[in-house]
Amino acid sequence: MSNTSSVWRAACIPVLVAGLGLLLAGCGVNNIPSYEESAKAQWSQVLNQYQRRADLIPNLVETVKGYAAQERQVLEEVINARARATQVQLQIPPDIVNNPEAFKRFQDAQAQLTGALGRLLAVSERYPDLKSNQNFLALQSQLEGTENRIAVARRDYIEVVRQYNTELRTFPGVIWASTLYRSNKPMETFTVAEDVTRPPQVKF
Amino acid sequence: MSAACEPEAGPPSAFGARSLQLAREAWERGGGRRRRASLAPFFCAFLLLAVLPAFALVLPALSGRVVDEANILDQAARTALTQKLADLEAKTTDQLVVVTLRSLQGTSIEDFGVELGRRRRIGQQGKNNGVLLIVAPSERKVRIEVGYGLEGTLTDAVSKLIIENAIIPRFRANDVPGGVARGVDDIISVLTGDAEEWKQRAAKRPDPTPLWGPIINLILALVVFGLIFIFIVGAMPSGPNNRRRGRSGSGWPSGSSWWTGSSGGFSGGGFSGGGGSFGGGGSSGSW
Repeated sequence: MSNTSSVWRAACIPVLVAGLGLLLAGCGVNNIPSYEESAKAQWSQVLNQYQRRADLIPNLVETVKGYAAQERQVLEEVINARARATQVQLQIPPDIVNNPEAFKRFQDAQAQLTGALGRLLAVSERYPDLKSNQNFLALQSQLEGTENRIAVARRDYIEVVRQYNTELRTFPGVIWASTLYRSNKPMETFTVAEDVTRPPQVKF
Repeated sequence: MSAACEPEAGPPSAFGARSLQLAREAWERGGGRRRRASLAPFFCAFLLLAVLPAFALVLPALSGRVVDEANILDQAARTALTQKLADLEAKTTDQLVVVTLRSLQGTSIEDFGVELGRRRRIGQQGKNNGVLLIVAPSERKVRIEVGYGLEGTLTDAVSKLIIENAIIPRFRANDVPGGVARGVDDIISVLTGDAEEWKQRAAKRPDPTPLWGPIINLILALVVFGLIFIFIVGAMPSGPNNRRRGRSGSGWPSGSSWWTGSSGGFSGGGFSGGGGSFGGGGSSGSW
Protein backbone atom coordinates (compact mmCIF):
# COMPACT_ATOMS: atom_id res chain seq x y z
CA MET A 1 0.00 0.00 0.00
CA SER A 2 2.80 2.44 0.92
CA ASN A 3 4.55 1.42 -2.33
CA THR A 4 1.63 2.44 -4.47
CA SER A 5 1.25 5.75 -2.66
CA SER A 6 4.92 6.67 -3.28
CA VAL A 7 4.43 5.83 -6.96
CA TRP A 8 1.47 8.17 -6.95
CA ARG A 9 3.56 10.87 -5.33
CA ALA A 10 6.38 10.45 -7.86
CA ALA A 11 3.89 10.74 -10.69
CA CYS A 12 2.39 13.80 -9.10
CA ILE A 13 5.50 16.02 -9.36
CA PRO A 14 5.88 16.25 -13.16
CA VAL A 15 2.13 16.57 -13.48
CA LEU A 16 2.17 19.43 -11.00
CA VAL A 17 5.00 21.17 -12.84
CA ALA A 18 3.24 20.76 -16.17
CA GLY A 19 0.03 21.90 -14.55
CA LEU A 20 1.67 25.05 -13.21
CA GLY A 21 3.02 25.88 -16.65
CA LEU A 22 -0.36 25.40 -18.23
CA LEU A 23 -2.04 27.42 -15.51
CA LEU A 24 0.41 30.20 -16.23
CA ALA A 25 -0.46 29.93 -19.91
CA GLY A 26 -4.10 30.09 -18.91
CA CYS A 27 -3.35 33.38 -17.16
CA GLY A 28 -2.46 34.88 -20.52
CA VAL A 29 1.32 34.83 -20.42
CA ASN A 30 1.23 33.98 -24.12
CA ASN A 31 -1.26 36.67 -25.07
CA ILE A 32 1.16 39.49 -25.75
CA PRO A 33 3.43 37.60 -28.17
CA SER A 34 0.54 35.93 -29.95
CA TYR A 35 -1.39 39.20 -30.39
CA GLU A 36 1.82 40.78 -31.55
CA GLU A 37 2.30 38.10 -34.17
CA SER A 38 -1.24 38.40 -35.46
CA ALA A 39 -0.90 42.19 -35.63
CA LYS A 40 2.30 41.78 -37.63
CA ALA A 41 0.62 39.30 -39.97
CA GLN A 42 -2.24 41.70 -40.46
CA TRP A 43 0.16 44.52 -41.16
CA SER A 44 1.75 42.39 -43.91
CA GLN A 45 -1.72 41.93 -45.34
CA VAL A 46 -2.20 45.72 -45.42
CA LEU A 47 1.13 46.14 -47.23
CA ASN A 48 0.19 43.33 -49.59
CA GLN A 49 -3.06 45.02 -50.61
CA TYR A 50 -1.39 48.42 -51.07
CA GLN A 51 1.21 46.71 -53.24
CA ARG A 52 -1.55 45.14 -55.28
CA ARG A 53 -2.98 48.58 -55.91
CA ALA A 54 0.42 49.93 -56.93
CA ASP A 55 0.80 47.04 -59.37
CA LEU A 56 -2.48 47.89 -61.08
CA ILE A 57 -1.55 51.51 -61.73
CA PRO A 58 0.90 51.28 -64.69
CA ASN A 59 -1.70 49.41 -66.76
CA LEU A 60 -4.40 51.85 -65.79
CA VAL A 61 -2.24 54.85 -66.69
CA GLU A 62 -1.35 53.33 -70.07
CA THR A 63 -4.99 52.67 -70.87
CA VAL A 64 -6.06 56.18 -69.93
CA LYS A 65 -3.17 57.66 -71.92
CA GLY A 66 -4.46 55.95 -75.03
CA TYR A 67 -7.70 57.90 -74.87
CA ALA A 68 -6.95 61.00 -72.85
CA ALA A 69 -3.29 61.85 -73.38
CA GLN A 70 -4.08 65.54 -72.93
CA GLU A 71 -4.81 64.99 -69.24
CA ARG A 72 -1.10 65.11 -68.65
CA GLN A 73 -1.24 66.78 -65.27
CA VAL A 74 -3.54 64.22 -63.68
CA LEU A 75 -1.63 61.33 -65.20
CA GLU A 76 1.69 62.64 -63.96
CA GLU A 77 0.25 63.21 -60.53
CA VAL A 78 -0.74 59.54 -60.36
CA ILE A 79 2.64 58.37 -61.64
CA ASN A 80 4.49 60.55 -59.15
CA ALA A 81 2.29 59.58 -56.24
CA ARG A 82 2.79 55.92 -57.09
CA ALA A 83 6.54 56.38 -57.31
CA ARG A 84 6.55 58.10 -53.93
CA ALA A 85 4.38 55.46 -52.32
CA THR A 86 6.57 52.67 -53.72
CA GLN A 87 9.69 54.42 -52.52
CA VAL A 88 8.28 54.85 -49.02
CA GLN A 89 7.24 51.21 -49.05
CA LEU A 90 10.76 50.13 -50.03
CA GLN A 91 12.29 52.18 -47.22
CA ILE A 92 9.99 50.89 -44.54
CA PRO A 93 11.99 50.41 -41.36
CA PRO A 94 11.44 47.04 -39.67
CA ASP A 95 9.87 48.73 -36.66
CA ILE A 96 7.34 50.77 -38.64
CA VAL A 97 4.39 49.60 -36.58
CA ASN A 98 6.03 51.01 -33.44
CA ASN A 99 7.44 54.09 -35.16
CA PRO A 100 4.92 56.95 -35.39
CA GLU A 101 6.97 59.00 -37.86
CA ALA A 102 7.56 56.21 -40.35
CA PHE A 103 3.96 55.11 -40.00
CA LYS A 104 2.72 58.61 -40.76
CA ARG A 105 5.03 58.87 -43.78
CA PHE A 106 3.63 55.62 -45.13
CA GLN A 107 0.06 56.65 -44.48
CA ASP A 108 0.52 60.07 -46.10
CA ALA A 109 2.12 58.61 -49.22
CA GLN A 110 -0.74 56.14 -49.62
CA ALA A 111 -3.35 58.82 -48.97
CA GLN A 112 -1.78 60.96 -51.67
CA LEU A 113 -1.96 58.09 -54.12
CA THR A 114 -5.60 57.49 -53.18
CA GLY A 115 -6.36 61.14 -53.93
CA ALA A 116 -4.51 61.15 -57.25
CA LEU A 117 -6.27 57.95 -58.35
CA GLY A 118 -9.63 59.45 -57.42
CA ARG A 119 -8.91 62.45 -59.63
CA LEU A 120 -7.78 60.24 -62.50
CA LEU A 121 -11.00 58.23 -62.38
CA ALA A 122 -13.05 61.41 -62.12
CA VAL A 123 -11.32 62.83 -65.19
CA SER A 124 -11.82 59.64 -67.19
CA GLU A 125 -15.57 60.13 -66.80
CA ARG A 126 -15.27 62.80 -69.53
CA TYR A 127 -14.10 60.33 -72.18
CA PRO A 128 -16.93 58.09 -73.38
CA ASP A 129 -14.60 55.97 -75.52
CA LEU A 130 -12.39 55.31 -72.55
CA LYS A 131 -15.34 54.53 -70.32
CA SER A 132 -16.56 51.84 -72.69
CA ASN A 133 -13.12 50.32 -73.21
CA GLN A 134 -13.16 46.72 -71.94
CA ASN A 135 -9.65 46.89 -70.60
CA PHE A 136 -10.42 50.06 -68.70
CA LEU A 137 -13.59 48.57 -67.24
CA ALA A 138 -11.71 45.52 -66.03
CA LEU A 139 -8.96 47.65 -64.49
CA GLN A 140 -11.50 49.92 -62.89
CA SER A 141 -13.33 47.03 -61.24
CA GLN A 142 -10.03 45.58 -60.05
CA LEU A 143 -9.10 48.93 -58.60
CA GLU A 144 -12.43 49.18 -56.81
CA GLY A 145 -12.01 45.68 -55.47
CA THR A 146 -8.49 46.46 -54.30
CA GLU A 147 -9.60 49.63 -52.54
CA ASN A 148 -12.20 47.54 -50.77
CA ARG A 149 -9.61 44.93 -49.81
CA ILE A 150 -7.38 47.69 -48.48
CA ALA A 151 -10.28 48.94 -46.37
CA VAL A 152 -10.93 45.45 -45.01
CA ALA A 153 -7.24 44.82 -44.30
CA ARG A 154 -6.89 48.14 -42.53
CA ARG A 155 -9.95 47.49 -40.42
CA ASP A 156 -8.63 44.05 -39.45
CA TYR A 157 -5.27 45.58 -38.59
CA ILE A 158 -6.90 48.27 -36.46
CA GLU A 159 -8.84 45.59 -34.62
CA VAL A 160 -5.84 43.34 -33.81
CA VAL A 161 -3.74 46.33 -32.79
CA ARG A 162 -6.53 47.45 -30.49
CA GLN A 163 -6.50 43.99 -28.94
CA TYR A 164 -2.71 44.01 -28.58
CA ASN A 165 -2.52 47.52 -27.14
CA THR A 166 -5.35 46.78 -24.73
CA GLU A 167 -3.55 43.64 -23.55
CA LEU A 168 -0.41 45.69 -22.86
CA ARG A 169 -2.31 48.08 -20.63
CA THR A 170 -4.90 46.00 -18.84
CA PHE A 171 -4.76 43.35 -16.16
CA PRO A 172 -3.40 40.67 -16.30
CA GLY A 173 -1.46 41.55 -19.44
CA VAL A 174 0.09 44.59 -17.83
CA ILE A 175 1.92 42.31 -15.39
CA TRP A 176 3.57 40.37 -18.19
CA ALA A 177 4.18 43.58 -20.14
CA SER A 178 6.12 45.07 -17.24
CA THR A 179 8.09 41.89 -16.47
CA LEU A 180 8.60 39.45 -19.32
CA TYR A 181 7.88 41.64 -22.33
CA ARG A 182 9.36 44.99 -21.43
CA SER A 183 10.52 45.62 -24.99
CA ASN A 184 6.98 45.38 -26.35
CA LYS A 185 5.66 48.82 -27.24
CA PRO A 186 2.12 49.79 -28.24
CA MET A 187 1.60 49.69 -32.01
CA GLU A 188 0.58 52.49 -34.31
CA THR A 189 -2.79 52.36 -35.95
CA PHE A 190 -4.46 54.16 -38.83
CA THR A 191 -5.95 57.48 -37.90
CA VAL A 192 -9.62 58.08 -38.51
CA ALA A 193 -8.96 61.06 -40.75
CA GLU A 194 -7.62 58.91 -43.56
CA ASP A 195 -10.06 56.17 -42.79
CA VAL A 196 -12.92 58.46 -43.71
CA THR A 197 -11.37 59.17 -47.10
CA ARG A 198 -13.67 57.42 -49.50
CA PRO A 199 -12.26 55.14 -52.17
CA PRO A 200 -12.78 56.52 -55.66
CA GLN A 201 -16.46 56.24 -56.44
CA VAL A 202 -17.26 55.41 -60.02
CA LYS A 203 -20.66 55.77 -61.62
CA PHE A 204 -21.63 54.10 -64.83
CA MET B 1 -21.14 63.81 -20.98
CA SER B 2 -23.23 62.11 -23.56
CA ALA B 3 -22.92 65.13 -25.82
CA ALA B 4 -19.17 64.88 -25.61
CA CYS B 5 -19.17 61.21 -26.47
CA GLU B 6 -21.77 60.92 -29.15
CA PRO B 7 -19.64 62.06 -32.09
CA GLU B 8 -17.26 59.19 -31.35
CA ALA B 9 -20.03 56.68 -31.06
CA GLY B 10 -20.37 56.48 -34.83
CA PRO B 11 -23.36 54.82 -36.47
CA PRO B 12 -26.24 53.86 -34.22
CA SER B 13 -25.89 50.30 -33.10
CA ALA B 14 -27.63 47.99 -30.72
CA PHE B 15 -24.38 47.28 -28.95
CA GLY B 16 -23.35 50.92 -28.73
CA ALA B 17 -26.79 51.96 -27.54
CA ARG B 18 -26.76 49.31 -24.85
CA SER B 19 -23.34 50.31 -23.57
CA LEU B 20 -24.46 53.94 -23.61
CA GLN B 21 -27.40 53.02 -21.46
CA LEU B 22 -25.18 51.01 -19.13
CA ALA B 23 -22.75 53.89 -18.90
CA ARG B 24 -25.57 56.28 -18.04
CA GLU B 25 -26.83 53.97 -15.33
CA ALA B 26 -23.36 53.60 -13.90
CA TRP B 27 -22.93 57.33 -14.00
CA GLU B 28 -26.15 57.92 -12.14
CA ARG B 29 -25.20 55.35 -9.52
CA GLY B 30 -21.78 56.95 -9.27
CA GLY B 31 -23.13 60.18 -7.84
CA GLY B 32 -24.15 62.14 -10.91
CA ARG B 33 -23.08 65.63 -11.66
CA ARG B 34 -20.38 66.14 -9.09
CA ARG B 35 -18.21 63.37 -10.52
CA ARG B 36 -18.93 64.28 -14.07
CA ALA B 37 -15.55 65.81 -14.90
CA SER B 38 -13.47 62.92 -13.65
CA LEU B 39 -15.62 60.18 -15.16
CA ALA B 40 -16.27 61.61 -18.60
CA PRO B 41 -12.98 60.56 -20.24
CA PHE B 42 -13.37 57.01 -18.96
CA PHE B 43 -16.83 56.72 -20.38
CA CYS B 44 -15.70 58.15 -23.67
CA ALA B 45 -12.87 55.62 -23.84
CA PHE B 46 -15.24 52.84 -22.87
CA LEU B 47 -17.76 53.81 -25.51
CA LEU B 48 -15.07 54.05 -28.15
CA LEU B 49 -13.86 50.57 -27.23
CA ALA B 50 -17.39 49.25 -27.25
CA VAL B 51 -18.15 50.65 -30.67
CA LEU B 52 -14.85 49.88 -32.39
CA PRO B 53 -15.41 46.17 -33.04
CA ALA B 54 -17.56 45.78 -36.09
CA PHE B 55 -20.32 43.85 -34.39
CA ALA B 56 -22.77 46.64 -34.83
CA LEU B 57 -24.79 45.16 -37.67
CA VAL B 58 -27.81 43.02 -37.12
CA LEU B 59 -27.31 40.22 -39.61
CA PRO B 60 -30.09 38.07 -41.00
CA ALA B 61 -30.17 34.50 -39.73
CA LEU B 62 -28.76 31.98 -42.17
CA SER B 63 -32.03 30.13 -42.59
CA GLY B 64 -30.97 28.40 -45.79
CA ARG B 65 -29.04 28.93 -48.99
CA VAL B 66 -31.52 31.60 -50.01
CA VAL B 67 -32.20 34.15 -47.29
CA ASP B 68 -34.96 36.36 -48.64
CA GLU B 69 -35.22 38.94 -45.91
CA ALA B 70 -36.49 41.63 -48.28
CA ASN B 71 -39.15 39.24 -49.56
CA ILE B 72 -38.59 39.89 -53.24
CA LEU B 73 -38.51 36.29 -54.47
CA ASP B 74 -41.52 34.00 -54.71
CA GLN B 75 -41.60 30.51 -53.27
CA ALA B 76 -40.96 28.77 -56.60
CA ALA B 77 -37.91 30.94 -57.29
CA ARG B 78 -36.55 30.26 -53.82
CA THR B 79 -36.94 26.50 -54.20
CA ALA B 80 -35.33 26.51 -57.64
CA LEU B 81 -32.39 28.61 -56.42
CA THR B 82 -31.89 26.48 -53.33
CA GLN B 83 -31.71 23.38 -55.51
CA LYS B 84 -29.13 24.94 -57.83
CA LEU B 85 -27.00 26.12 -54.92
CA ALA B 86 -27.13 22.72 -53.21
CA ASP B 87 -26.10 21.06 -56.48
CA LEU B 88 -23.17 23.45 -56.76
CA GLU B 89 -21.96 22.62 -53.28
CA ALA B 90 -22.34 18.90 -53.91
CA LYS B 91 -20.26 19.23 -57.07
CA THR B 92 -17.52 21.67 -56.06
CA THR B 93 -17.95 22.23 -52.28
CA ASP B 94 -18.25 25.95 -53.05
CA GLN B 95 -20.94 27.56 -50.93
CA LEU B 96 -22.95 30.16 -52.78
CA VAL B 97 -25.58 31.96 -50.73
CA VAL B 98 -28.18 34.44 -51.95
CA VAL B 99 -29.18 37.11 -49.45
CA THR B 100 -31.70 39.88 -49.93
CA LEU B 101 -31.68 42.60 -47.30
CA ARG B 102 -34.43 44.83 -46.02
CA SER B 103 -31.90 47.51 -45.19
CA LEU B 104 -28.15 48.06 -45.16
CA GLN B 105 -28.49 49.68 -41.72
CA GLY B 106 -26.57 52.75 -42.78
CA THR B 107 -23.39 50.97 -43.82
CA SER B 108 -22.05 50.20 -47.28
CA ILE B 109 -22.93 46.97 -49.05
CA GLU B 110 -19.20 46.13 -49.11
CA ASP B 111 -19.02 46.31 -45.30
CA PHE B 112 -22.18 44.33 -44.95
CA GLY B 113 -20.91 41.66 -47.34
CA VAL B 114 -17.62 41.04 -45.55
CA GLU B 115 -19.29 41.06 -42.15
CA LEU B 116 -22.03 38.67 -43.25
CA GLY B 117 -19.62 36.30 -44.94
CA ARG B 118 -17.22 36.22 -42.03
CA ARG B 119 -19.71 35.92 -39.23
CA ARG B 120 -21.86 33.32 -40.97
CA ARG B 121 -18.67 31.57 -42.08
CA ILE B 122 -19.79 30.91 -45.63
CA GLY B 123 -17.48 28.52 -47.48
CA GLN B 124 -15.50 25.51 -46.34
CA GLN B 125 -12.95 25.85 -43.59
CA GLY B 126 -9.45 26.03 -45.01
CA LYS B 127 -10.72 26.50 -48.57
CA ASN B 128 -12.55 29.78 -47.94
CA ASN B 129 -14.66 29.10 -50.99
CA GLY B 130 -17.81 31.02 -50.14
CA VAL B 131 -19.65 33.43 -52.40
CA LEU B 132 -22.47 35.77 -51.43
CA LEU B 133 -24.89 37.39 -53.82
CA ILE B 134 -26.36 40.27 -51.85
CA VAL B 135 -29.30 42.35 -53.02
CA ALA B 136 -30.45 45.43 -51.11
CA PRO B 137 -33.53 46.61 -52.99
CA SER B 138 -34.24 49.62 -50.78
CA GLU B 139 -30.77 51.03 -51.46
CA ARG B 140 -30.81 49.65 -55.03
CA LYS B 141 -27.45 47.98 -54.48
CA VAL B 142 -26.19 44.57 -55.45
CA ARG B 143 -22.89 42.90 -54.60
CA ILE B 144 -21.05 39.68 -55.26
CA GLU B 145 -18.84 39.04 -52.24
CA VAL B 146 -16.11 36.50 -52.94
CA GLY B 147 -14.28 34.46 -50.32
CA TYR B 148 -10.48 34.40 -50.14
CA GLY B 149 -10.18 31.07 -51.89
CA LEU B 150 -12.24 31.99 -54.95
CA GLU B 151 -10.74 35.40 -55.61
CA GLY B 152 -8.61 33.89 -58.35
CA THR B 153 -11.58 32.31 -60.13
CA LEU B 154 -14.41 34.74 -59.61
CA THR B 155 -12.24 37.84 -59.97
CA ASP B 156 -13.38 41.39 -59.37
CA ALA B 157 -13.58 42.00 -63.10
CA VAL B 158 -15.65 38.85 -63.71
CA SER B 159 -18.01 39.71 -60.85
CA LYS B 160 -18.39 43.19 -62.25
CA LEU B 161 -19.26 41.77 -65.65
CA ILE B 162 -21.88 39.47 -64.14
CA ILE B 163 -23.42 42.36 -62.23
CA GLU B 164 -23.40 44.75 -65.16
CA ASN B 165 -24.50 42.32 -67.86
CA ALA B 166 -26.68 39.73 -66.18
CA ILE B 167 -28.16 41.32 -63.09
CA ILE B 168 -28.58 45.06 -63.42
CA PRO B 169 -30.42 45.15 -66.78
CA ARG B 170 -33.07 42.80 -65.34
CA PHE B 171 -33.29 44.72 -62.08
CA ARG B 172 -33.81 47.92 -64.05
CA ALA B 173 -36.65 46.21 -65.89
CA ASN B 174 -38.16 45.31 -62.50
CA ASP B 175 -37.45 41.61 -62.97
CA VAL B 176 -35.69 40.98 -59.66
CA PRO B 177 -36.17 37.17 -59.54
CA GLY B 178 -34.95 36.94 -63.14
CA GLY B 179 -31.88 39.03 -62.36
CA VAL B 180 -31.02 36.98 -59.30
CA ALA B 181 -31.54 33.67 -61.15
CA ARG B 182 -29.41 34.78 -64.09
CA GLY B 183 -26.70 36.11 -61.77
CA VAL B 184 -26.62 32.81 -59.89
CA ASP B 185 -26.43 30.88 -63.17
CA ASP B 186 -23.49 32.97 -64.32
CA ILE B 187 -21.64 32.65 -61.03
CA ILE B 188 -22.15 28.88 -61.12
CA SER B 189 -20.91 28.67 -64.68
CA VAL B 190 -17.77 30.60 -63.71
CA LEU B 191 -17.22 28.42 -60.64
CA THR B 192 -17.69 25.16 -62.51
CA GLY B 193 -15.92 26.55 -65.58
CA ASP B 194 -12.62 25.98 -67.31
CA ALA B 195 -10.21 23.24 -66.45
CA GLU B 196 -7.50 25.89 -66.28
CA GLU B 197 -9.37 27.75 -63.65
CA TRP B 198 -9.70 24.53 -61.74
CA LYS B 199 -5.95 24.10 -61.76
CA GLN B 200 -5.41 27.61 -60.43
CA ARG B 201 -7.66 26.83 -57.55
CA ALA B 202 -5.29 24.16 -56.27
CA ALA B 203 -3.41 26.94 -54.50
CA LYS B 204 -6.01 28.15 -52.07
CA ARG B 205 -5.13 30.81 -49.59
CA PRO B 206 -4.72 29.47 -46.08
CA ASP B 207 -6.76 30.64 -43.13
CA PRO B 208 -5.44 33.38 -40.90
CA THR B 209 -4.03 32.14 -37.62
CA PRO B 210 -6.86 31.09 -35.31
CA LEU B 211 -7.39 33.13 -32.18
CA TRP B 212 -8.13 30.08 -30.03
CA GLY B 213 -4.71 29.82 -28.40
CA PRO B 214 -5.75 31.17 -24.99
CA ILE B 215 -8.95 29.10 -24.94
CA ILE B 216 -7.07 25.89 -25.72
CA ASN B 217 -4.52 26.78 -23.05
CA LEU B 218 -7.28 27.34 -20.54
CA ILE B 219 -8.96 24.04 -21.37
CA LEU B 220 -5.63 22.20 -21.08
CA ALA B 221 -4.98 23.88 -17.75
CA LEU B 222 -8.41 22.80 -16.57
CA VAL B 223 -7.79 19.23 -17.70
CA VAL B 224 -4.45 19.04 -15.91
CA PHE B 225 -5.90 20.70 -12.85
CA GLY B 226 -8.67 18.12 -12.90
CA LEU B 227 -6.09 15.31 -13.20
CA ILE B 228 -4.16 16.66 -10.22
CA PHE B 229 -7.38 16.88 -8.32
CA ILE B 230 -8.17 13.27 -9.18
CA PHE B 231 -4.66 12.22 -8.13
CA ILE B 232 -5.02 13.94 -4.81
CA VAL B 233 -8.51 12.70 -4.17
CA GLY B 234 -7.54 9.33 -5.68
CA ALA B 235 -5.82 8.39 -2.42
CA MET B 236 -9.30 7.94 -1.07
CA PRO B 237 -10.97 4.77 -2.37
CA SER B 238 -14.28 6.49 -3.12
CA GLY B 239 -13.46 6.65 -6.85
CA PRO B 240 -13.09 9.57 -9.20
CA ASN B 241 -15.69 12.27 -9.34
CA ASN B 242 -16.85 12.65 -12.87
CA ARG B 243 -17.61 16.30 -13.29
CA ARG B 244 -19.00 17.19 -16.63
CA ARG B 245 -17.14 19.80 -18.52
CA GLY B 246 -17.70 21.59 -21.81
CA ARG B 247 -20.12 23.97 -23.28
CA SER B 248 -23.48 23.30 -24.73
CA GLY B 249 -23.65 24.38 -28.36
CA SER B 250 -26.96 26.14 -28.38
CA GLY B 251 -27.06 27.72 -31.81
CA TRP B 252 -25.73 31.11 -32.67
CA PRO B 253 -25.66 33.79 -30.00
CA SER B 254 -26.36 36.91 -32.03
CA GLY B 255 -24.10 39.82 -31.23
CA SER B 256 -21.26 37.78 -29.83
CA SER B 257 -17.95 37.40 -31.59
CA TRP B 258 -18.00 34.97 -34.47
CA TRP B 259 -15.36 32.52 -33.38
CA THR B 260 -16.76 31.50 -30.04
CA GLY B 261 -18.73 28.57 -31.42
CA SER B 262 -16.53 25.96 -33.02
CA SER B 263 -19.05 25.28 -35.74
CA GLY B 264 -22.25 27.03 -36.58
CA GLY B 265 -25.44 25.22 -35.68
CA PHE B 266 -28.30 26.86 -37.50
CA SER B 267 -31.77 25.64 -36.94
CA GLY B 268 -33.88 24.84 -39.95
CA GLY B 269 -32.95 24.44 -43.59
CA GLY B 270 -30.23 21.93 -42.78
CA PHE B 271 -27.59 24.37 -43.95
CA SER B 272 -24.75 26.11 -42.21
CA GLY B 273 -21.60 27.97 -43.06
CA GLY B 274 -18.58 25.72 -43.28
CA GLY B 275 -16.02 28.07 -41.72
CA GLY B 276 -14.77 30.11 -44.66
CA SER B 277 -13.39 33.62 -44.47
CA PHE B 278 -13.59 36.74 -46.61
CA GLY B 279 -11.22 39.57 -47.37
CA GLY B 280 -13.25 42.01 -49.42
CA GLY B 281 -13.02 40.47 -52.87
CA GLY B 282 -15.82 40.84 -55.38
CA SER B 283 -17.68 43.70 -56.94
CA SER B 284 -20.71 45.89 -56.42
CA GLY B 285 -23.19 47.72 -58.58
CA SER B 286 -26.30 49.81 -58.25
CA TRP B 287 -29.34 50.16 -60.40
